[in-house]
Amino acid sequence: MTSYLLRRVLAVIPVMAVVVTIVFFLIHLIPGDPVSVMLGPDATPAQIQGTRQALGLDRPLHEQLYTFYARILRGDLGHSYFLDRPVTTALAERAEPTIVLTLCALLVAVAVGVPSGIVAAAHRGSWWDRGLMFLSLLGVCVPGFWLSLNFIFLFAVRLGWLPAAGYASVFSDPRAALTYMVLPAVSLGINQSALIARIARSCMLEVLQQDYIRTARAKGLAPRVVTYVHAFRNALVPVVAVIGITTAILIGGAVVTEIVFNIPGLGRLIISAILRRDYPVVQGVVLVTAAAYVVINLVVDLLYAFIDPRIRYE
Amino acid sequence: MSEPQASARTGWGTLRRLARHPGVITGASILLVFVLAAFLADLISTHNPTRLVPSSRLLPPGAGHFLGTDEFGRDVYSLIVHGSRVSLLVGVTTMLLTSLGGVAVGLVAGFNRRLETVVMRVMDGMMAFPAILLAIAFMAARGPGVWNVILALSIVYMPRTAILIRSTVLGIRDLDYIQAARALGRRDLTIAFRHILPNCVGPLLVQGSFIFAYAILAEAILGFLGVGVPPYVPSWGNVIASGKNVIREAFWVSLCPGVALTLAGLSLNLLGDGLRDLLDPRLRVQ
Repeated sequence: MTSYLLRRVLAVIPVMAVVVTIVFFLIHLIPGDPVSVMLGPDATPAQIQGTRQALGLDRPLHEQLYTFYARILRGDLGHSYFLDRPVTTALAERAEPTIVLTLCALLVAVAVGVPSGIVAAAHRGSWWDRGLMFLSLLGVCVPGFWLSLNFIFLFAVRLGWLPAAGYASVFSDPRAALTYMVLPAVSLGINQSALIARIARSCMLEVLQQDYIRTARAKGLAPRVVTYVHAFRNALVPVVAVIGITTAILIGGAVVTEIVFNIPGLGRLIISAILRRDYPVVQGVVLVTAAAYVVINLVVDLLYAFIDPRIRYE
Repeated sequence: MSEPQASARTGWGTLRRLARHPGVITGASILLVFVLAAFLADLISTHNPTRLVPSSRLLPPGAGHFLGTDEFGRDVYSLIVHGSRVSLLVGVTTMLLTSLGGVAVGLVAGFNRRLETVVMRVMDGMMAFPAILLAIAFMAARGPGVWNVILALSIVYMPRTAILIRSTVLGIRDLDYIQAARALGRRDLTIAFRHILPNCVGPLLVQGSFIFAYAILAEAILGFLGVGVPPYVPSWGNVIASGKNVIREAFWVSLCPGVALTLAGLSLNLLGDGLRDLLDPRLRVQ
């Protein structure tokens, strides 16, 4: 287990190196001179020259890349000229809503997806199965951001049950936080719940065909016990792996959901940074979400190896 | 020498089975409607989708405008019909570019053991970004435009295809018939194109239809966020974005293009699932 753990942790290094390199090159994708694009048409040549030197863009590329690595390793993501504070501070201020939204959506995805998949598999070929699988196909295809708009129209504008947009911190006002979070979390989580339902169903069907299930049935255990105790636990193992991927997709989706519901998270931060050409902030958001994905995947992999010992020896 | 004939027969058999698969028929029919709409957009649209008519803004669906009008008085139905052009263009081109790039990278990674590690770590790094965020960042740097959207989405989705192709190559590169080809003195390139690539066609088609679906959705998301195709170009995402501002008084503006988007995604998912069932029975979802 220790050697697997070590190997898996070390594998993070090259991936993060590639991530940092890609983020570095984002600035160089800007057509023409990035500095004059950043400062806008009113900048004087002296200002442009000054900013170029401050950002180190006048030095050779490999030197810039080296400095960038060194800065990232020190935890310095640069300075936002527009917000007039370090990018790390700006990210820290905006992280909470995104994390809360992602976690709530994950909860929705798992709470809806896993039972749907298990029930569909347990009643394979029945109307339950067909209905749930049709819903899950639809759920995979429905664009989450469009669903959010329809939810706002139905539940906020027409019925007035929930607020149309906004955010409250769970730590200051949990009640309000919950009412604000319902629509965003459901509309963000629904796509992934559909995906999880499909995967849970096929894993469950595979497990239900195994010998030990036949043995459990043969010794006279109630079908309910066989399905929901014996099979369920083993069917869950691959589902754990999916949660890593799900989380990454949810972080990406959260960006869009935040715009629709006016939630002051990383998504709103990156979109407003794009409009202001505040590139250090754009780089910071992209880097932090990728790092979050790598860490989440690492944790899921280790968890997976812990649950299923066969993984470690591959 | 009866081999080629046999494979030709199974090829026809697959086509015939495809034509009988209910999911494939439904998916292909819906997709065909969108393709026709895109090609005949000028003929079947009832209004000029870019003309602003302030006097007829926010009209509900009715006789004159059967899906209503938006905040600038543009006809929503005509916007959707013309928007299918952008969606299909982005979807098809992204699918082709990711397939080409993915095959090239996947073959290199599958064949060259020295480059394999480097290439695969780069792919892992690219996959670490939430796809839509990387596309947003790319668009932030390059600026709005259809070709930038296509390029962004092709870069973002290419690693998935590369990884798929590599794993397909790994699955067959040590099989006897490849060894035989090697023993006969065939060069690596010949083996790759003549003996390995045909085996990748099935997985590639399946993956392609899913990437087509992702690309259409991602294009709409980028448009919705204001970083996709320019706002004056009729596209589903742009129309949904303009509908967001008037959701209280005119729900139809965002509702209708979203239905089109869902149907397009549904058609491609049905096609992809059907192709997977028929071309790669090992992956069949029970």
